[in-house]
Amino acid sequence: MSGLPAIRAIARREIGQYFGSPVAYVFLVIFLLLAGILTFTFGAFFERGEASLASFFTWIPWLFLFLVPAVGMRMWAEERRAGTWELLLTLPVTAGQAILGKFLASWLFLALALALTFPFWLTVNWLGQPDNGVIVAGYVGCWLLGGAYLAITCMTSSFTRNQVVAFIIAVVICLLLILAGFTPITDLLSRYLSPDWVDAFASFGVMTHFDGFAKGVLQVRSLVYFGSVMALALLVTAAVIRNRRS
Amino acid sequence: MIKVENLRKTFGTKVAVNDISFEVHPGEVLGFLGPNGAGKSTTMRIVTGFIAPTAGHASVCGFDVVANPIEAKRRIGYLPEAAPSYGEMTVEGFLGWAADMRGLTGQTRLTAIGDAVDACSLQGVLRQQIDTLSKGFRHRTCLAQAILHDPEVLILDEPTDGLDPNQKHEVRQLIRRMSEKKTIIFSTHILEEVEEACTRAIIIDGGNIVANGTPAELKSRAVNAGAVLARFASSEGDAARARIASLDGVARVEVAHSDASGVLLRAFPSGTDRGDVLAARVVAELAASGHAPLAISSEAGRLDDVFRAITHSDIHHSRGGRA
Repeated sequence: MSGLPAIRAIARREIGQYFGSPVAYVFLVIFLLLAGILTFTFGAFFERGEASLASFFTWIPWLFLFLVPAVGMRMWAEERRAGTWELLLTLPVTAGQAILGKFLASWLFLALALALTFPFWLTVNWLGQPDNGVIVAGYVGCWLLGGAYLAITCMTSSFTRNQVVAFIIAVVICLLLILAGFTPITDLLSRYLSPDWVDAFASFGVMTHFDGFAKGVLQVRSLVYFGSVMALALLVTAAVIRNRRS
Repeated sequence: MIKVENLRKTFGTKVAVNDISFEVHPGEVLGFLGPNGAGKSTTMRIVTGFIAPTAGHASVCGFDVVANPIEAKRRIGYLPEAAPSYGEMTVEGFLGWAADMRGLTGQTRLTAIGDAVDACSLQGVLRQQIDTLSKGFRHRTCLAQAILHDPEVLILDEPTDGLDPNQKHEVRQLIRRMSEKKTIIFSTHILEEVEEACTRAIIIDGGNIVANGTPAELKSRAVNAGAVLARFASSEGDAARARIASLDGVARVEVAHSDASGVLLRAFPSGTDRGDVLAARVVAELAASGHAPLAISSEAGRLDDVFRAITHSDIHHSRGGRA
């Protein structure tokens, strides 16, 4: 594929941009701090009396809800504000390649952030004998969930030249996706709807699918779900970028 | 080469480009003139593939910018208006990135970056962050990006905007040097620039082309083109004016300027004798009548006057005007 060098160049530039500014460091520090506090204190890590990272994974959808849009909000909004997208999009790349390069860069950055939680993993392995297969599945789930949030942020970032607006819309959409499959909400719905409808509704939510991963179950339909959310959001981004006016 | 046919672009109900057609061939430098909002930038953005036309076609080296954008973009070097660049990158990093995006590798890549740096005099700021540079340097960094891959076609939107007079001159020299092998379009508000660097100029107004010709042809459309200016001592003024006005081939004479040191008369030609030819006749007539002028010259016309006469973007439509 002839677009690969361009995708790589765009991704490398994006990653360089994260680490060339405080964004990357602030994100990593806050993410690790919050993850640590939530996991070990509010997550009842020790009280559970089991060697698992369940208390870490429980918090991830909520932690990512605010942190992931913060990572992705500048993706297109800043290009639009600074006018650099005129430069980028008149280079020999397609809109799809540009979007993919940017998305992959931020997704890799998220992978790095997750990898840096390895002390948690070391801790449970030191304290007991956790099922490391479940933990790997949980991490895969976190990365896919983050990818879905990022793709949504990429999309909202293409709507506007204002990063704050992009951030807020992304948080709202991600929150809706959490709530769709969130137990208190589904419990409420089950009072009015038949179980089939509740299940159908919940299957649109990220929680239904993420919980599977956190429990160590890799389900094809969950992979398809996260893949579809990402694909859909990125396709909308491509449509927005292609129909740019100036 | 660049070929534009019946290009039209509307934003909602606003017509940015109405119906524009032109061709530019290798070796030509086309100057794009027009008031703000005339459609210059929009036309350039369509040709570079940044925005799609509402109707019409644009092609670069035979590749349609809508049907085959990647091939067209490969052959274009583009300096957008306001010369955007990634502020947090260094000049070196930015040009390296642009070279990667153009698919340049190895020695070719290094040579290309080196040449562009030399051409735009960026040696001193290579490791500086672009945000920290002066406007002139930022502008030339973006220009370096445009010429990096030695493109067949160069499209420069106000390449000298924000530069000091020396830098402006350098950029014009650069454009002229590159023009031998390339097809170049550049837009500007500075009319002298057109005379200095362009082989042809197009004036756009209200989304239409209102003039298209060499700078000399355009200048000849000025009201003053071909007129004769003669200067006399104040006491001679009235008599001289009467003598010149009575000459065959002189339509009318006006006082162009008058002060204590003398009076400057302008004689407009009525027939085919214009410029120096008319001046020679005026000199002969004055010599015979004893009204010697202090100085005499002929006018080639000024692009400024042509520009003002045929562009009316602020009052809309009506073209031709006094010219």
